[in-house]
Amino acid sequence: MAVDAPKPLVLSNARVIDPARGLDAPGSVIIADGTILAAGPEAANQGFPYGADVVDCAGAIAAPGLVDMCVSVGEPGAEHRETLASASEAAAAGGVTTICTMPETDPVIDDPALVDFILRRARDTASVNVHPLAALTKGLKGEEMTEIGLLQEAGAVAFTNGHSSVRNAQIMRRMLTYARDFDALVIHHTEDPDLAGGVMNAGLNATWKGLSGVPREAEIIMIERDLRLVGMSRGKYHANLISTLDSADAIRIGKTRGLDITAGVSINHLTQNENDIGPYRTFFKMSPPLRSEDDRQAMIAAVADGTIDIIVSNHDPQDVETKRHPWAEAEDGAIGLETLLAAALRLYHSEQVDLLTLLAAMTYRPADRLGIDAGRLAAGAPADVVVFDPDRPWVLEKSAIKSRSKNSPFEDARFSGRVLRTVVAGRTVYLHG
Amino acid sequence: MALMRETASSPLPSFPHRHLLGIEGLQPHEILGLLDRADEAVEISRQVNKKKSVLSGRTQINLFFEASTRTQSSFEIAGKRLGADVMNMSVSTSSVKKGETLIDTAATLNAMHPDLLVVRHHAAGAVHLLARKVSCSVVNAGDGPHEHPTQALLDALTIRRHKGKIARLTVAICGDIAHSRVARSNIILLNALGARVRVVAPSTLLPSGIHQMGVEVFHDMREGLKGADIVMMLRIQRERMNGAFIPSVREYYRYYGLDAEKLSYANDDALVMHPGPMNRGVEIDPAVADGPQSLIREQVEMGVAVRMAVLEALAEHLPNK
Repeated sequence: MAVDAPKPLVLSNARVIDPARGLDAPGSVIIADGTILAAGPEAANQGFPYGADVVDCAGAIAAPGLVDMCVSVGEPGAEHRETLASASEAAAAGGVTTICTMPETDPVIDDPALVDFILRRARDTASVNVHPLAALTKGLKGEEMTEIGLLQEAGAVAFTNGHSSVRNAQIMRRMLTYARDFDALVIHHTEDPDLAGGVMNAGLNATWKGLSGVPREAEIIMIERDLRLVGMSRGKYHANLISTLDSADAIRIGKTRGLDITAGVSINHLTQNENDIGPYRTFFKMSPPLRSEDDRQAMIAAVADGTIDIIVSNHDPQDVETKRHPWAEAEDGAIGLETLLAAALRLYHSEQVDLLTLLAAMTYRPADRLGIDAGRLAAGAPADVVVFDPDRPWVLEKSAIKSRSKNSPFEDARFSGRVLRTVVAGRTVYLHG
Repeated sequence: MALMRETASSPLPSFPHRHLLGIEGLQPHEILGLLDRADEAVEISRQVNKKKSVLSGRTQINLFFEASTRTQSSFEIAGKRLGADVMNMSVSTSSVKKGETLIDTAATLNAMHPDLLVVRHHAAGAVHLLARKVSCSVVNAGDGPHEHPTQALLDALTIRRHKGKIARLTVAICGDIAHSRVARSNIILLNALGARVRVVAPSTLLPSGIHQMGVEVFHDMREGLKGADIVMMLRIQRERMNGAFIPSVREYYRYYGLDAEKLSYANDDALVMHPGPMNRGVEIDPAVADGPQSLIREQVEMGVAVRMAVLEALAEHLPNK
């Protein structure tokens, strides 16, 4: 790729934030040959590389590009909803420079050849970094383990059963045990399928709406079971999407017991609650379901205190055929790549989570957990950078959505915080305006 | 073989047990005594006239609740070479219910006054239960995943005849340790004789407590074979390969199948063993199984000798009136 290497790029006059270093200071970011040469207040001391494009950021923030470890793409099998190309456009517009693709495609990504397919398609069509997650069980059926060693060699960065939980505790135990030999991370959806059985958060709200409920305990029980299995197997575990106050407490306790565990939360559960569903608006239907305001506040507190390590978009493109149905029959899922950063900044503006912590949960923490070289503005690191103005107001208009599917729960929402430029490996892949 | 051997110090001390139910509980000198006897049995087996008469007039019943060709025929030949009348009784597992029926079978057989009863059963502890209910000597020919003492003895005999000793050798046992009676008996025997024992397996095929069993545990086969004198492969059952314990044959073979490349990490004079029957291309490359370092055929010969030694040692305690 040396043939068409991008020109050196200097992001000057920026507020440089590198959460991995705890850095938040005026300075610049210097990029050459697709990697970071220097970033911070002293980066410009040795001058700029010859022939560099110099961009005046006018005080906007330059931070590591976001790493989103839970992204559903329709490729292969449902390209009308989203392709790797369209997902990466949406990601770039949202300041996301690395996406990890969920294996819930058709066919399911449970074979090394399919991991290879994703990587080749990404190389040829995607403008951001793509890392496939592989299925934890064959066909995501929760019964037979996949070839974790061969899938890992093919390039899978972690293993997940998608948006379904492994019901059988013995199988889950063996998966964690087997994965441990390969130092492979198991990412798990935590919802007891027998207890869940409903279509929105259980409680008064669901009752008045005449909808069956998913009790909070369905999630709590699965997390508590999993943590016991992690203790038995000494496996490496990530609870992908937690949503209740008690789940956060369980994770907190698990971490004090020295388990190798982390937890994630979707941006939706940090910024919305079950009342946002309103008149059966199916773009708010997701798994786990949106919970109560108390749970949302608990999720924010858990991000602020580090109990929750990682924030994801849980981007899940659905089209009218799957969403324009009565609530109970509509599919779960909401898109979120383009709004991840802007929505997360709401917690900064409400002074509930400081900027470094917020960005850490979307940059180096997911990268480190997955063993990906990303999420840092360190010398020698890949030059994946987002430049954003944390205060610039904007409104999400449906017509501006880059994702091939338009199922955003933030349609017409107001945000403070706009991505201005996204850089992947030294190349500008998104420029606002 | 002119190598100096570790042998039992005194000439053939008598074997003080009525049954051979496992390696557990045997003293090192008792094990070595059996190996010394087996060395003699090898010589007898290689003569034109292979017949001895120490079991003349004795009745040996091979009672197999689980299918076996190798072990059953090995015990049959061993008994016949010692002059015993051998009867084979194969009881298909489907027609026999556990518990009461096993006891009934024992009582029935006991009424026929056998002197030696060789038993294989799919359930751990079944042979012990039988031994308490009969008045003859009982040999465990494998009880579930518990013990298979004559296999461990024949493995030890094979090793000793090639290396001249067991002590201080590094032995890597590779494969399905969790479900293997061969592994358990070998771990006990090799430890008793002072070998350094390693196990190499994915964690899903290791039993809980393995770290307290006197072995070093490896998940990386190349690491586990480094410096090994003996590489002991175990058979993996097909039904473990369907995703329950390991994902597939090809992944298992990639990481735990013994091929020339992985074997090259062991010592240059390392020897390869397998209790049989082998799954070629699953746990072992055919080229290795049939290669110059393989002792797999010889293990079968040693099996007959060891079983002769065991039957003979037990027969010394049989009442003569």
